Amino acid sequence: MNAGIKTLRIDGRDVSARADQTILQVARENDIFIPSLCYLEGLSPVGACRLCLVEVKGASRLLPACVTRVEEGMEVTTRSERLDAYRRMILELLFSERNHICSVCVSNGHCELQSLAERLNLTHVHFPYRYPRLPVDASHPRFVADHNRCILCTRCVRVCDEIEGAHTWDVMGRGIEARVITDLNQPWGESESCTSCGKCVHVCPTGALSEKGRSVAEMAKRRQFLPYLTMMRTQAR
Amino acid sequence: MTLEELQRTAQEERASQSKVACHLHVCTAASCLSAGSAQVKQALEQELAERGMRSFCRVKGVGCMGLCSAGPLVAAHPEGFLYGRVTPEDAPDITRSLVEGRPVRRLSVPTDQPFFRRQLKLVLENAGLVDPERLEEYIAAGGYASLLKALTEMTPQDVIREVTISGLRGRGGAGYPTGLKWSTVAKSTDAEKYVVCNADEGDPGAFMDRAVLESDPHRVLEGMTIAAYAVGARHGFIYVRAEYPLAVARLRTAIRQAERAGLLGNRIAGTPFSFHIEVRLGAGAFVCGEETALMASIEGRRGTPRPRPPYPAEYGLWGHSTLINNVETFANIPVIVREGGQWFARIGTATSKGTKVFALAGRVVNTGLIEVPMGISLREIIYEIGGGIPDGRRFKAVQTGGPSGGCIPEEHLDTPVDYESLAALGSMMGSGGLIVMDDATCMVDLARFFLEFSKGESCGKCVPCRVGTAHLYELLDRLVKGEADGESLRMLEELSDLLRHTSLCGLGQSAPNPVLSTLRYFREEYEAHLAGRCLAGTCRVGANR
Amino acid sequence: MNWVRPAPPSEDKRWKIVDAAMRRMGYRRDALIEALHSVQETFGYLDDDSLRYVAQSLRLPLSAVYGVATFYHFFTLKPPGKHTCVVCTGTACHIKGAPQLLEMMEREYQLKPGETTADGRLSLLTARCVGSCGLAPVVVLDRELGGKLTPEQLRHWLEKRLAYDA
Repeated sequence: MNAGIKTLRIDGRDVSARADQTILQVARENDIFIPSLCYLEGLSPVGACRLCLVEVKGASRLLPACVTRVEEGMEVTTRSERLDAYRRMILELLFSERNHICSVCVSNGHCELQSLAERLNLTHVHFPYRYPRLPVDASHPRFVADHNRCILCTRCVRVCDEIEGAHTWDVMGRGIEARVITDLNQPWGESESCTSCGKCVHVCPTGALSEKGRSVAEMAKRRQFLPYLTMMRTQAR
Repeated sequence: MTLEELQRTAQEERASQSKVACHLHVCTAASCLSAGSAQVKQALEQELAERGMRSFCRVKGVGCMGLCSAGPLVAAHPEGFLYGRVTPEDAPDITRSLVEGRPVRRLSVPTDQPFFRRQLKLVLENAGLVDPERLEEYIAAGGYASLLKALTEMTPQDVIREVTISGLRGRGGAGYPTGLKWSTVAKSTDAEKYVVCNADEGDPGAFMDRAVLESDPHRVLEGMTIAAYAVGARHGFIYVRAEYPLAVARLRTAIRQAERAGLLGNRIAGTPFSFHIEVRLGAGAFVCGEETALMASIEGRRGTPRPRPPYPAEYGLWGHSTLINNVETFANIPVIVREGGQWFARIGTATSKGTKVFALAGRVVNTGLIEVPMGISLREIIYEIGGGIPDGRRFKAVQTGGPSGGCIPEEHLDTPVDYESLAALGSMMGSGGLIVMDDATCMVDLARFFLEFSKGESCGKCVPCRVGTAHLYELLDRLVKGEADGESLRMLEELSDLLRHTSLCGLGQSAPNPVLSTLRYFREEYEAHLAGRCLAGTCRVGANR
Repeated sequence: MNWVRPAPPSEDKRWKIVDAAMRRMGYRRDALIEALHSVQETFGYLDDDSLRYVAQSLRLPLSAVYGVATFYHFFTLKPPGKHTCVVCTGTACHIKGAPQLLEMMEREYQLKPGETTADGRLSLLTARCVGSCGLAPVVVLDRELGGKLTPEQLRHWLEKRLAYDA
């Protein structure tokens, strides 16, 4: 990897970065806020939630900050009326897709979807709610999977594959019918590969994966383990 | 097989063919086969045998002759008779016509009609003439001479230069310059490179690639092998739909034949160059036509696209530099190498060179497969080649580009067919489906049809496409049923704009096109639906009120 | 590593066909889709046992195999009926009457796409486009293609096919 230093402008501010960094990493280092949901430092980026799209001068399209590497002289805009409108609409789509009822959710107050909605001033959802009927899987002795709250960010899939090495989780189906599954789409508690390590629960941005016995607003997530484990995995390779 | 051996094979084959006075070509591509051409072929063979005419006339199965709506088709060479809707019972009359030298009038399809005259066949030059299951016939028609020319007389740079000069652009839809793509892969220093042929033709209403693979599979192999030589690849894949069993079977046969003849595999034609091709089956996912999804599928994974860059030329199959072109693009290569880039560049318009194969279908008299020079107008295609609209009805629109394209109304029919003009109309060249619609087609229902498709084919990875196509579909469904409210058109536009600008891949970005183009040209139909009427009279609007 | 290739789920000789497909590709990870094709072609559908066997043979996680099997619509996890009727719903077929064919199937056989009759004799599927647009609307019945069909003609064809068994 070219370890040269690049300088670029983000929202009119001159910043410097290593050549192998992405726009999102550099922005966060410099306390510039770019919303994201599927991205989590330590896991491979997938560019799926589209919340981190930014404007780059000279580029014909909006670019996902989580996977776009910095370039010398790049001029990045992270906030604009257009970007704000798109981001709010994407959040609206997520709220309308499944059943996100914050008032009864274990993650109320600790939910990344909820806090982004507040931060981006999302006051109401004007797309019709889809109200799908989705299961809650409480078969695991320690954890619960509530598909009503899942936003398909696939952080659980990646942490289980890349960090724990179990690959218990994956995605089945496609499109609006897609769902996260354990093993052969069997109850989590009957999974043969799950090590019950709980990493998936703690990387989940919403109340989709939680610890058993938590009641409303009690499920705060702890992710201190991730940077260290990622570093160790990278060194081992 | 060296150059001399190739020439000898060609001579022997031509000599063998000229031993009989005439040939009956029976179309054995999928469309005619399903209309019963296999039985026709058998009946003709039997008839000739019974009459002791086998030394006079030979029956051979050939690929697509184009006019699928008149199938099964039988052509007599060199007499030039063309027969349509042939049944096994017609065999005696047809054989008699050969002896008498007069065509059977009741079966005759005029060959001087615009359907045939207005076409220009490069990609399909052998379709309907050679037996797709015999290598010798392809060689006798000049096949593999381009490959040997490239290997023995040209450097890889020479080949890329000719392709660049030709102005050929990707025929899969987006129209990226082929020469530029090749030179990017050629410049990569990666020790392992791949060449991939995208034969995952998934547009509903498109069967160009299928016809090419079923009619002239060796041409695609030759094009790929030339590409591999030019970019320095040793392994290739053809990713083809499992829904095309005949094309798959013919490809596999062709690969085996080419390998046995030393035209594929190790040390091709005695040169140091080696190239291997494997066939990989798709499994019913439109999104796998997108190149990053296609590569994921070849690697055995879920066919979900990933953000580009990095492009496949830089980071492709298993992380290696990869060249991906579609079937028709590769099928153009042998002609370009044979005739030269300059020759090719004289055909077409300033920005779009050569020809384009279209699958003409829908409410038009002549449906089938056509190849036309770029720059021809849509009106010529529909009214001259297509023969106009049947049943005394009126033309309403033509759909190009499938679920990623749009509908073009009457007032734009004189637009020349090229990448830029079609895009300016809110549609796209696409891979080549051309579906004609008359006044009995409701455009709101058509938009719903395409969004149902895109919703069902969305991979589900990115939020705008996964949820947005579902909302778009439901809004359109309510419109069709007469249950929509006044807000729905604004919401359609808002969602369309979001999908176009924020979706991860081309499928999501272009999924709103059918909505946007029908809103642009047929807004009154949407408004009529809101008012409880369907202008085409096909939707049961208001039935549920 | 002492990894032993798993034994097939049953004594059925047809597993040899599936084994051969995987062996041809060196039991590599990218053999997954080919292996699933081979299972479906051999047994008609993919059940949990076969998915587990393929996963173990190719050393792939179960969820990854399940994810692939459900991503591609060509694969089915349910046993098909004795006869399979595939109605093409491509654009040309849509314009020329495929919706009417599907209405007839629902009216006469109570079948929606993806369903099988209670007696297991007939399954209804749809295809995105079978590429015979010149013959629209098109139906594939047990791999045999029929074109330019009216609902009445399709019903007649199905009745003949179903009567043939009895």
